[in-house]
Amino acid sequence: MRVEGSIRFIILSEIVFPLLLLIFGVYHGVMQVLYRAGIIKADSFLGIDYYQGLTLHGVINAIVFTTFFAVAFGNGVVLYALKKPLRPGVQWLAWLMMVGGTLMAAWAMFTKKATVLYTFYPPLIAHWTFYIGAVLLVVGSLLPFFFDWIPNAVAWKRENPDQKIPLAVFGVLVNHTLWTIMIAPVAIEILFQLFPLSVGWVDEINPLLARTLFWFFGHPVVYFWLLPAYVMLYTMLPKIASEKGKLYSDPAGRLAFILFLLFSLPVGLHHQFTEPGISNTWKLIHAIFTFCVALPSLITAFTVAASLEYSAKAEDPSVRNSKFYWWTRLPYLRLEGDRWLFSYLFAGLVLFFFGGITGIVNASYNLNLTVHNTAYVPGHFHTTVGGLVLLSFLGMSLYMVSKLRGTDVKFKGLAALAPYFWMQGMFMFSYAMMVSGALEGFPGRTNAGLTYLNPDSPLYRPEWVGYAQLSVVGGALLGIGFVLFLIAFFGTLLAPKVREATVEFPIAQAYHDAPTPVLDNLKGWTVAAVVLAVLSYIPPLYDVTQRGVFHNSPAYNEQYPVPLKQLQQTQNQPDEKLSLKEER
Amino acid sequence: MDKAEKKALYLSVGLLVFFMALIVYASKGLDIDLPTCVTDVRPFTEGKLIKHAEGRYELHIVAKMWLFDLDRGKQEIEIPAGSTVDIYLTSADVVHGMHINGTTVNLMAIPGTVNYARYKFTKLGVYHVVCHEFCGVGHHAMQAKIVVK
Repeated sequence: MRVEGSIRFIILSEIVFPLLLLIFGVYHGVMQVLYRAGIIKADSFLGIDYYQGLTLHGVINAIVFTTFFAVAFGNGVVLYALKKPLRPGVQWLAWLMMVGGTLMAAWAMFTKKATVLYTFYPPLIAHWTFYIGAVLLVVGSLLPFFFDWIPNAVAWKRENPDQKIPLAVFGVLVNHTLWTIMIAPVAIEILFQLFPLSVGWVDEINPLLARTLFWFFGHPVVYFWLLPAYVMLYTMLPKIASEKGKLYSDPAGRLAFILFLLFSLPVGLHHQFTEPGISNTWKLIHAIFTFCVALPSLITAFTVAASLEYSAKAEDPSVRNSKFYWWTRLPYLRLEGDRWLFSYLFAGLVLFFFGGITGIVNASYNLNLTVHNTAYVPGHFHTTVGGLVLLSFLGMSLYMVSKLRGTDVKFKGLAALAPYFWMQGMFMFSYAMMVSGALEGFPGRTNAGLTYLNPDSPLYRPEWVGYAQLSVVGGALLGIGFVLFLIAFFGTLLAPKVREATVEFPIAQAYHDAPTPVLDNLKGWTVAAVVLAVLSYIPPLYDVTQRGVFHNSPAYNEQYPVPLKQLQQTQNQPDEKLSLKEER
Repeated sequence: MDKAEKKALYLSVGLLVFFMALIVYASKGLDIDLPTCVTDVRPFTEGKLIKHAEGRYELHIVAKMWLFDLDRGKQEIEIPAGSTVDIYLTSADVVHGMHINGTTVNLMAIPGTVNYARYKFTKLGVYHVVCHEFCGVGHHAMQAKIVVK
């Protein structure tokens, strides 16, 4: 489908702008393995502090890049599948809010005013621009959903009353519905707790309430990252694997998306298993719901494998009767047409297999005591959000850019190889992180090179050295993989235009299909999801507000071990300036 | 739904139910449970090691930027092997995390609340305590030691 003018510019820039930021995000990812292994023994390198870089790494890679991509991908899919124009007014407003919000938050982070990591746990407090920037970004990302995609889907349904809404659009709509619901608690946290504290309207905050509201958002958000990848696995992967490829079952796809909508929300307490102030009965209930949300992923594992089998056998009938040999007929590293995209989704799937299993470990209630906040946790989520999510988003970004610019994919060989470098690097990195975390207690998010991995320090922990060194090798491979991708991406972006600009996707037909009136009732399922989420959060919210809603703890800055208010008072008296920073 | 799909679905549900049953059994049957809501202890401001009887201790830990106060400012304590210790943890400023490496004592320290775990130290040696939640520029030096002899 042809696309011109401002809509083309908007979708294109929603891909290119976060990718430019992602270059820094990945750069600091590579720097971190060097810091942690003690290869860089310093608080900062080239003007960026370790924890400042860690904040940027998390916010850019996991919040900014993913949100922008979800909007760009949703815009593309809805436009292509429903063939209805998007409204430039809505799109421009969303674009301005998202880009403006991102720049505000980026300013705060780059100027060291928001070194709070991407979980921004109070009472550590950032500059208000960080919080308002985040709100602008997420609220902006909702506008296309409410004022473009929903009206277009409703109009399409009115014109095609006998047809199901296309599965890709269905997945995108479910994803943004989920996104809308989960934004409510984190918006409450930011607007009523963090923002008033950061500008000084209130003096105290209830940190446990803030954490609970944060994780009400913070776990569902991983499904917001994941579902665009699932849309690609269901509707596009079979077609990329083979021209004759088909999705094994369309109803299974819809069932998986609805299960995600239902069970993604009542699970946040599994990030708070080791916290005081929350009854462990509700921790167990959230653990059980977390197992429920593993179900749609298991369904997806089956459907994706079945679709690949169908596609491989359609491509090469000589393997039609084989049980396993068809696996050798998939285009793992092929350059004709759009086949290069297969490597991204396949490498992502392999990583996600381990991501799913290690996620079950995290969710397993008392087992969490051995892994909570250790390096195991980043080891786990780098195989999910840093695995399938990142690789599918990068691959699809390159694909969409080549269509939207009307150029051929340049350096296709590098583009197809990049995900395998990434996969191998991530295996080494995640293995090192997970084993050192679970078995040796190596903590995550810690600049270990200065203390624990510094042979000259009294805190030296030699049992962690080998793992940290392995993670450096992994990090180097990840860096190489990303550079290969960037060469192909910018080569394609800047290549001469050879055909007209389009937005299109390789969408596969379904092999098994049937009407699914119950699953298609998105309104009803949304209500059910909200009710379940609210019910599952009333008791924990009651627990954490027993000592009061607004008080407990004054604000702190990460630099000084005294409350911010007290610090500002001492700074106003220049004679008695305390050099507290040197004390540590 | 075709036959293979149904089989896969049943298998998935069966697997997850099996895992859930094991967890419920481990937590309620074997009593390996998570920290819960402690309301009867007020947040304290000083670390203290209290000996109640032979092999029975109560340990009050205050986590603050950037040290663990285990016993009146000390960051290293000694306890005899085989002791059972009731560990209470709070924070004096921001959120901290406390993991006694090699044990299942893994607690968040949140200002205004008290966290609790019980642990029996049977093995001889040095138990390293590390802060595992980002708490400011000194986070990577925030640790303590429990020597069991």
